[in-house]
Amino acid sequence: MLRLELVDISKSYPAVKANDRVSLRVAPGQIHAVLGENGAGKSTLMKIIYGAVRPDAGEIRWNGERVEIGSPAEARALGISMVYQHFSLFDTLTAAENVWLGLDKSLALAEVVARIREVAGVYGLEVDPLRPVHTLSVGERQRVEIVRALMTAPKLLILDEPTSVLTPQAVQTLFVTLRKLAEEGCSILYISHKLDEIRALCHHCTVLRGGKVTGEVDPTQETNASLSRLMIGAEPPQLQHRASAPGDLVLGVRDLSLPKADPFGTALEGISFDVRAGEIVGIAGVSGNGQQELVAAISGEDRRAPRGSIQLFGRDVARASPRSRRRAGLHFVPEERLGRGAVPTLSLAQNTLLTRTHAVAAGGWLRTREIESLAASLIERFHVKAGGPGSAAKSLSGGNLQKFIVGREIDAEPKLLVVSQPTWGVDVGAAAQIRGELLALRDRGSAVLVVSEELDELFEICDRLLVMAGGRVSPSVPTAEATVERVGEWMSGLWSARAQAGHAEA
Amino acid sequence: MEQIALLVAATLNSGTVLAFAALGLLINERSGIVNLGAEGTMLVAAIAGFATAVHTGNDWLAFGAGAMAGAALAAAFGVLVIWLNTNQYATGLALSLFGAGFSAFVGIGYTQEKLGEQHAFRIPGLADLPFVGPAFFRQHPMVYLAIALTIAIAWFLYRSRAGLVLRAVGESPESAHALGYPVRRIRLAAVVVGGALCGVAGAYISVVYTHLWVEGMTAGKGWIALALTTFATWRPARVLLGAYLFGGVTMLQLQLQGQGVQVSTQFLTMLPYLATIVVLVLISRNATFIRVNMPASMGKPFFPQ
Amino acid sequence: MLRLEARPEPSRAMSMASPLIALAITVVIGTVLFLLLGKDPLRGLAVFFVEPLRGAYALTELAVKATPLLLVALGLAVCFRSNVWNIGAEGQFILGAIAASGVAMQATATTGGWFFVPVLLAGVVGGMAWAAIVALLRDRFNANEILVSLMLVYVAEQLLNYLVYGPWKDPQGYNFPQTITFLKATQVPRLFSGFRVNVGAVVALVAVAAFWVLLFRTYAGFQLQVGGLAPAAARYAGFSSRKALWTALLVSGGTAGLAGGLEVAGPLGQLTPHVPAGYGFAAIIVAFVGRLHPVGIVFSAILMSMFYIGGELAQSRLGLPKSLTGVFQGLLLFTLLGCDTLIAYRLRWGRRATTTAAPPALDDALLSPVVASSALPAREET
Repeated sequence: MLRLELVDISKSYPAVKANDRVSLRVAPGQIHAVLGENGAGKSTLMKIIYGAVRPDAGEIRWNGERVEIGSPAEARALGISMVYQHFSLFDTLTAAENVWLGLDKSLALAEVVARIREVAGVYGLEVDPLRPVHTLSVGERQRVEIVRALMTAPKLLILDEPTSVLTPQAVQTLFVTLRKLAEEGCSILYISHKLDEIRALCHHCTVLRGGKVTGEVDPTQETNASLSRLMIGAEPPQLQHRASAPGDLVLGVRDLSLPKADPFGTALEGISFDVRAGEIVGIAGVSGNGQQELVAAISGEDRRAPRGSIQLFGRDVARASPRSRRRAGLHFVPEERLGRGAVPTLSLAQNTLLTRTHAVAAGGWLRTREIESLAASLIERFHVKAGGPGSAAKSLSGGNLQKFIVGREIDAEPKLLVVSQPTWGVDVGAAAQIRGELLALRDRGSAVLVVSEELDELFEICDRLLVMAGGRVSPSVPTAEATVERVGEWMSGLWSARAQAGHAEA
Repeated sequence: MEQIALLVAATLNSGTVLAFAALGLLINERSGIVNLGAEGTMLVAAIAGFATAVHTGNDWLAFGAGAMAGAALAAAFGVLVIWLNTNQYATGLALSLFGAGFSAFVGIGYTQEKLGEQHAFRIPGLADLPFVGPAFFRQHPMVYLAIALTIAIAWFLYRSRAGLVLRAVGESPESAHALGYPVRRIRLAAVVVGGALCGVAGAYISVVYTHLWVEGMTAGKGWIALALTTFATWRPARVLLGAYLFGGVTMLQLQLQGQGVQVSTQFLTMLPYLATIVVLVLISRNATFIRVNMPASMGKPFFPQ
Repeated sequence: MLRLEARPEPSRAMSMASPLIALAITVVIGTVLFLLLGKDPLRGLAVFFVEPLRGAYALTELAVKATPLLLVALGLAVCFRSNVWNIGAEGQFILGAIAASGVAMQATATTGGWFFVPVLLAGVVGGMAWAAIVALLRDRFNANEILVSLMLVYVAEQLLNYLVYGPWKDPQGYNFPQTITFLKATQVPRLFSGFRVNVGAVVALVAVAAFWVLLFRTYAGFQLQVGGLAPAAARYAGFSSRKALWTALLVSGGTAGLAGGLEVAGPLGQLTPHVPAGYGFAAIIVAFVGRLHPVGIVFSAILMSMFYIGGELAQSRLGLPKSLTGVFQGLLLFTLLGCDTLIAYRLRWGRRATTTAAPPALDDALLSPVVASSALPAREET
């Protein structure tokens, strides 16, 4: 008898059909992957199972019986538990209080503390119940989320992209926990787009594409290529990665130390590295280790860097404004599209004004026709699917908006382009295009710095890699010589000082 | 000595108004909603309470009327801000402006009225103690209620599960929603309770504090109460303390005026407002401190996904 | 049951219709109020909406009332669009009036007719100075501008009282709290003889054009708007939030001060405790009802003036309390905010779906922590 069965589930939104007659069959004790790229409908499906969303049509069967799941509380009552990709934790409360809030039964807080220690011990998850969540690393926070889910003794555990915040080693530890859970009879729904993980961990896999199921397979019998074909209808796109011949020094970061601006942030300590013309340098690392702070210091959004710690072509820009850095040739694509890279309610044309000001005449007058033609040319050159230069930024899909923003900065022919999470939340086609554009930019002689949590991406396009951990940066290593294991170790901060001295900059 | 005791008593009396209003706003803001309509709410409640007292002669009914008026206005505000997601600041302002006009309008017939004889309250025994007696124990029951309320709210926020939920909602409504809590209903409840308390404060002004109705009589107390919650970093005990502090400044200013101090009355009247500015500046200087203590979602719209 | 469903794109049509719908609802409530007060609702509505438009004199009176509202609201529109909440325009108005009066009182019998210019300039400076305090405290100490600007209103009122009861009291004024009546030289020239409307109205209209250009055709205006719509994007672009703060406050303080100066050097001709007529607060409503857009504000200023004049007429002709004006004004803003929801949402009959609000973007992943911009309704540049 199946633990969970979805029969012909459909759900539509005003602009899109998120799920189109999706069927899913999960057996007890099975680790079942739901594979699909961004936009395939995975999250909507999970929200339906978890009771946050009602399907328009179709049936849900739990242990053979038809059920209607009207709310997360009802889902929990059935024994369904979910660990979100974006944690629903409260920073100022302790781990125990957070877990307490996630439980329906009226246990006393002290009992919850004791139970947390119990559960954490059984599954090998280190969690200190009394620490406030804002002091925890991202990996630790995920453990709190998992413990919270486990405390409800679930029969079905849903994990939404759990490994995006983990080092490779931590991923293995997670897998051990999950396998143990499965052995005890708990079914696991594992949402991911990472082919290697699914093949390593899961017993069964349902593939979604464009809201429909394109396949139900045993991942251990499949290859990355075959899974990719089911997921996007084609082989993973191959990128042309020509050998690079790095030129002059463009960006020099010298002993950059910066105290936290935000009480919940990360301080930077003694960061030094170079980026040269004609190369792509990647910074790997799990989020929460100072990447945002580093990138803000380089882009100019944070101007507290010590003088001389950031140099562009030998000139000190550590205290310069973003606008003067742009004039010197430094452009930046931030990780948040709406709200930072673009203003949601303004048009694409107006959004070009954020970083491209040639259409601003002396005295501040705006030349609207020029602004619109720039937007139109960006739309065309970068294949952005949009209504036109007048479309509001928020009307574009994530992938298209990202293409526009990346395009806007590339079109400025920057001497140095800094990109943070270039393909986060973007569909595979757009992601490939963006990576191709970055490579092309580098081939034209610009320096590129990419900060990303996706190791695969970094291995694909970067010439050299650095790892960021705890506000510090590892020595750099040419991508060809790097291995996932080594990078994973470094993500935990385990690079030795000797190694640091030994690996001189290329 | 006698003078000081009377000053203390007057401070407690005056501070109670701010205490009720600020405690109500505290609950409000803990859920993440800023209600700039406090001033207007207090005015409407003041006239509601006063009118009730005039017609029924019963103080407690008057407080009830004030509370209901406050709750009703807050409910309207809450629906707009929580369900229709209108801008919190603009909507609160609209409420204040409306309340000022509406209370003036309704209060026309009451400007000449005076409430009947007020009994002197005293706690038997304690009221006769030297100094502390006249200072602390001859107050209207509402003064003691304010203190009790502070303790109750502190217990609620920090020791009860419901209070934890409220704090969670104020910090991250998205996460609370993901956990399945009825965020919007919780926020509405907080807003309505807050409005009711502001209403009580308003009724207190007209029924106990002055026994009169005058157009615009709150004279900015609603705004000062808003400043108080920031000043107290959203903690009940500090709110009460701050309320008494401000009450003290107001009383001091009246004293000085009465004693013919050689400063124009207008400058003395300015004191409470200037004090509010000074206090705001002092507490806001440390932006990090504020950020750590402030309910993180305050003022921001929430869209359940 | 009735529920709200998000529109894929904000409705331009609704953006313009919403104030009209709000007005209609206010009128309906007004009618009910009139009935409750035992007055003929038609006469009541006529007094508010028809009488103020009848005849040349009435129209010029409308202009006299609308001018200060328009000026203050223009400045407030810039402020609110920048997400700077200057609620103390009333106080800046008062300081403008005080400063203007101070200069006006320097005139002697021989001063030329141009003297009203420095008088008005003093008004602008006075308002700016008062607003600068707010800017300084927010800039240096992070003090909330809403509360500071508001407290300063009360301080300004006391300052005014002090001056007119004290050092500036007219010795020949029978001990009334008022200054001397300003000499003719200081008075703002009237446009047509026999009517009270003066050059101020022209200044206000010029200001409308200037503000439109500033907001929608200059980079500075763009920067201000981005600062208000998406502060993180403004930081990314390198727009100075400090510059935006000071610009917004000085501009709105200046226009409020100018309005104050115009009042005192124009229709009133002297400084009295009654100079603050609540224009600073009414202008907030004017700004919102006008959609924070210079052209829209012209219309909403006229509408609000009708409320003011209607209120006065209602008092003299129908025996209704003048505070009715305040009720209508507050109601209008309230209903407007409610109606504005229709710009982003549709009303629908039907079963409640669990999701109600913004439709998800095509990417399922929650687009990363979007900085919630000031939730003023979506505005597009005109």
